[in-house]
Amino acid sequence: MKFTLHTPTGQAYETYAYTGGKAFDATQPTLVFIHGVLNDHSVWILQTRYLAHHGFNVLAVDLPGHGRSGGDAPRSVEEAALFIEALLDAAGIQQAGLIGHSWGSLISLETAARLKERITHLALVGTAFPMKVSPALIEASLNEPTKALQMVNVFSRATLAAPPSVLGPGTWVYGASMALGRRVLASNLQVNIFHRGFVACDSYKNGLQAMAAVTCPVLFLLGESDQMTPPRAAKSLIDQAQATGKKFSVVKIPMGHHQMSEAPEETLDALKTFLGLAT
Amino acid sequence: MPGYNDPSFDTLALHAGAAPDPSTGARAVPIHLTTSFVFESSDHAASLFNLERAGHVYSRISNPTNAVLEQRVAALEGGIGAITTASGQAALHLTIATLMGAGSHIVASTALYGGSHNLLHYTLSRFGIETTFVQPNDMDAWRAAVRPNTKLFFGETVGNPGLDVLDIPTVSSIAHEAGVPLLVDSTLTTPYLVKPFELGADLVYHSATKFLSGHGTVIGGVVVDGGSFDWEKSGKFPELTQSYEGFHNMVFSEESTVGAFLLRARREGLRDFGACMSPHSAWLILQGIETLSLRMDRHMANTEKVVQFLASHPLVSRVGHPLIESHPSHALAEKLLRFGVRGAGSVFSFDIQGSREQGKAFIEALKIFSHLANVGDCRSLVIHPASTTHFRMSDDALRGAGIGPGTIRLSIGLEDPADLIDDLKRALKAAEKVGSPSNKA
Repeated sequence: MKFTLHTPTGQAYETYAYTGGKAFDATQPTLVFIHGVLNDHSVWILQTRYLAHHGFNVLAVDLPGHGRSGGDAPRSVEEAALFIEALLDAAGIQQAGLIGHSWGSLISLETAARLKERITHLALVGTAFPMKVSPALIEASLNEPTKALQMVNVFSRATLAAPPSVLGPGTWVYGASMALGRRVLASNLQVNIFHRGFVACDSYKNGLQAMAAVTCPVLFLLGESDQMTPPRAAKSLIDQAQATGKKFSVVKIPMGHHQMSEAPEETLDALKTFLGLAT
Repeated sequence: MPGYNDPSFDTLALHAGAAPDPSTGARAVPIHLTTSFVFESSDHAASLFNLERAGHVYSRISNPTNAVLEQRVAALEGGIGAITTASGQAALHLTIATLMGAGSHIVASTALYGGSHNLLHYTLSRFGIETTFVQPNDMDAWRAAVRPNTKLFFGETVGNPGLDVLDIPTVSSIAHEAGVPLLVDSTLTTPYLVKPFELGADLVYHSATKFLSGHGTVIGGVVVDGGSFDWEKSGKFPELTQSYEGFHNMVFSEESTVGAFLLRARREGLRDFGACMSPHSAWLILQGIETLSLRMDRHMANTEKVVQFLASHPLVSRVGHPLIESHPSHALAEKLLRFGVRGAGSVFSFDIQGSREQGKAFIEALKIFSHLANVGDCRSLVIHPASTTHFRMSDDALRGAGIGPGTIRLSIGLEDPADLIDDLKRALKAAEKVGSPSNKA
């Protein structure tokens, strides 16, 4: 599904969101899924398609300048949060739940802090704050993106024997993630969105203040073997959620940073529980 | 950074796709001989059918043992996933049937296995899919053969049995200019000798019957997607980029940015054509892959010795292996294959000087080499292509595939190379005897 949005200077651009194989229905509750660096909507297939067929509107975005979406790729978490707000406005959505992975988790957090009661649920998958990216990886993403992509996928992988995954049985998750990274990188010939995304993660400072401002329930969905955003790196946000009286839950699944594709069932079950669906 | 998270080829050959069985602790891959899988609930059943969840439903579509093999071959090839099939021919047919229908066109190398040539030239033309065959090393011919309805380029990594090495970087570049993918048959090279995706190919398939299995015990095939071809950008594949009424009105390229081909191939091709692999076959092929690199090293070493012997024998007029400097693909093999000219594999042909009778005498005198229609066995094999594997091809087509009427094809096995050379020496002597004046009427 495509939406027409406008930049702050008034320029129109089209943005794409996957709806889970169902037509958008304004009478249903809405969930917005936000991907991480050098990913797109397709990383959420095994969560979004199910939820779209079980009572939710699903909008799994391609962030601006990524994949099927036009526009300028966000330079910061705050800029991306403005995009999510603009998308909700363009789609006429009064309230929505936000589910973000990695960089997308920071975007979800910042958006939830800004939109307060407009956000009904906040699920942070593979999150960390601060989300520091090593200088070597940031440098490689700019000058040796293929090498950097390989590093990211090696750090993200937790198993050589994933269960049936995004393409069904027979999926080699590592290879699929490498191919997706290459495709998304090639989708923007103007900007290195790999580097821009990492810089946006690395430079985000508002995590604790944002968590304090969130008004909805929060789910921390973490990979026990995650080397990109290890569970301990989410502690500051979890502590802040506790300190500021949030209703929150922490679910750890025995996987790495590819939670949605290496552990699709566990990820879906955690989301279903969080959203109040029977598992 | 070697280790569990970044394993090398040999480690992947043993571990990719497989972990100890969670319910029994079995370390080896279990053979899941079951047609179907119990649903947890009606909702679970519906969500599996609608691709809302990933899992197994019916073994024609997927099976846990097959899935291990699929992940393993995809890992070794550097692909995104794979589909196992009843045979290599089924893998080729599944690929073509997924990408096109009547009115489509393929450009293919002349240097193909006879069965592939039959499928393209005779059988598919009956279903409205035409093929133009071009010499694999003639880049202008590949370019000139493209038509508006061309959907696929197809060749073998090394042609059977002439061992013409396909210039994958150049041919794939011509294919991509035309907006179509390059499919390669990598049966003779296996992922150990060449990685076609790294050179520019988009889809790879194997007759797993051959080196992947390696023991002459099982028929099977596997097709792997590199995830590199952009079906939407090409604009030539509505099968993958437009809503498909035959499967929940799914737009495959929307569901999976890089895996549209595999989605449709499994959900339509395996479902409707049904050429699936038995889990027992998958298990046998997995057993073979566990020792792939060890076997291929020995195949190469033995082949080198046999080629040296044949090249120096007075009754042999030609040895068709890139190890020989005069072979047309000598330089290309050195450039593209992992182990250079040695990596062109262990299936090659040679010509005996003299009559057809001498060729016959040669084959019948062999004791260790088995006369049969297969390659890639651990045992050494021999055949006369013009009268067997390639017999439906015209003389012109035979010449195109590098086969003469007296050409003998060998598949070098894992025996002691001295014994193989002794066997060949004795058979060549028998052929010589048939050709000598004292034996002529």
